[in-house]
Amino acid sequence: MKTPRVTANRIDEYLSSGKRFDGRKLNEFREISIETGISKKAEGSARVRIGKTEVLVGIKMDVAAPYPDSPNKGNLMVTSELLPLSSSRFESGPPKFPAIELGRLIDRAIRESKFVDFEKLCIKEGEKVWSIFVDIYSINADGNLVDAAGIGALAALKTAKFPKYDEETGKVIYDEHTDVSVPLSKEIPIVTTIYKIGKSLIVDPTQEEEDACEARVVIGGTAEGTIFSMQKGDAKEISIEEMNKVLELSKESKKNVFSKIEKFLK
Amino acid sequence: MAEGTFKRTDGRGVEEMRPMKAEVGVVPNADGSAMFSFGNTVAIAAVYGPGKMHPQHSQNPEKGTLRCNYNMLSFSVSDRIRPGPSRRSTEISKITEWSLEPALMIKRYPSMVVDVYIHIIQADASTRCAGINAAALALAHAGIPMKGMISSVSIGKLDKQLVVDVDKNEEDWEEGEGATDIPITMTQDGEITHIQLDGKINGEELKQAIELARKATKEIYEVQKKALKGSVDLNKK
Repeated sequence: MKTPRVTANRIDEYLSSGKRFDGRKLNEFREISIETGISKKAEGSARVRIGKTEVLVGIKMDVAAPYPDSPNKGNLMVTSELLPLSSSRFESGPPKFPAIELGRLIDRAIRESKFVDFEKLCIKEGEKVWSIFVDIYSINADGNLVDAAGIGALAALKTAKFPKYDEETGKVIYDEHTDVSVPLSKEIPIVTTIYKIGKSLIVDPTQEEEDACEARVVIGGTAEGTIFSMQKGDAKEISIEEMNKVLELSKESKKNVFSKIEKFLK
Repeated sequence: MAEGTFKRTDGRGVEEMRPMKAEVGVVPNADGSAMFSFGNTVAIAAVYGPGKMHPQHSQNPEKGTLRCNYNMLSFSVSDRIRPGPSRRSTEISKITEWSLEPALMIKRYPSMVVDVYIHIIQADASTRCAGINAAALALAHAGIPMKGMISSVSIGKLDKQLVVDVDKNEEDWEEGEGATDIPITMTQDGEITHIQLDGKINGEELKQAIELARKATKEIYEVQKKALKGSVDLNKK
């Protein structure tokens, strides 16, 4: 099920001479494809494929009470499920750490970048605001689910339309969508992850490569270089010098990803 | 940076940490334990193990397992926290494992587990950093072989100003660009074992933040070292 150590060692060897099993360069992504509107019941939705990795992201909205510490702001909730359907390594049951982390990584990139204008989601201060639920499902896990989920969340939010809200009854009428889009800012948080295998740094690993990786840094930020969120994962230290290289590579990968997904975000 | 002109809410200098306290042996029943505080943020940690890993199927015959559990006591913050694990605490627990493991010679304990329980007694921001510092001390106090100490600090960016060791008032900073919180953990040799970030920052500022963390973790290391040395002072008893 997991990648054997001999394979991991060979991946490391290959990388140290600048090669990958599938012939890509170390900083090269697999092909990215985006399809939006994949579920009519959702307020917005997207399917993202990066190579053989595939995720579905759907947006649902509801009217709810705001949190006490932000009475004039809408709510955001990002969750993810790593479906057993998508890989033999996932089991059913309550979400385990990787699923929890994935949701939180995307949540923070969106929240901290202020990509969604939460104040415009306020209906009545202190009483009623729109809640946005971003739900991420893995359909085929072949590495780099995080970056795929990040792209999916952007595309789904971009296509999301408010459902009708009946102020008198206080009910949301989901069958009738308005043509009002979710208020979004121009600063687009792109989530890309840099993986460290041996002495090499790579982007967009396949599942095998991801298994061989010793540490990773997930960074949410714009293609112009502003950083909104960051999290190092796995138990391997990274030197300050290496971290500087990670930041360079991250910036470059964001530009690269943005150029590929730009047309879906207009 | 306009150093000297920037006023922190509690009057500290931009690179000045809150008073730190560290003490080992605070939980006599545990194999190792410690308290670490940054001002009003107080964390305690206790280590049990290495011991037999239950359930058996979780055993790893290649190396021992470090299992951390971070928890905030329900009364440690203004609005009571519902007891039990949350998404946040689950994540911080894992982050703490990743922060500490590079320093531990855990390979020596195949199939076994080292449990670290971290509780925040009083919270004034930087709780994960205080927790990691307490846990590192507790592991050393328990006599788990380590390559070195681990120290953690949160660097903040308040509007455009970088500051060291963020407290709650600063975490809620709203002026200008608002607050960016960057908890960073390092080995005593300055290798990064953990970094997180929430907010808005550019690459240059982030590099500066890492340099500030390097300086601060050296100071924290001295406090931790002193606490450990104190615990073996035979004259003290």
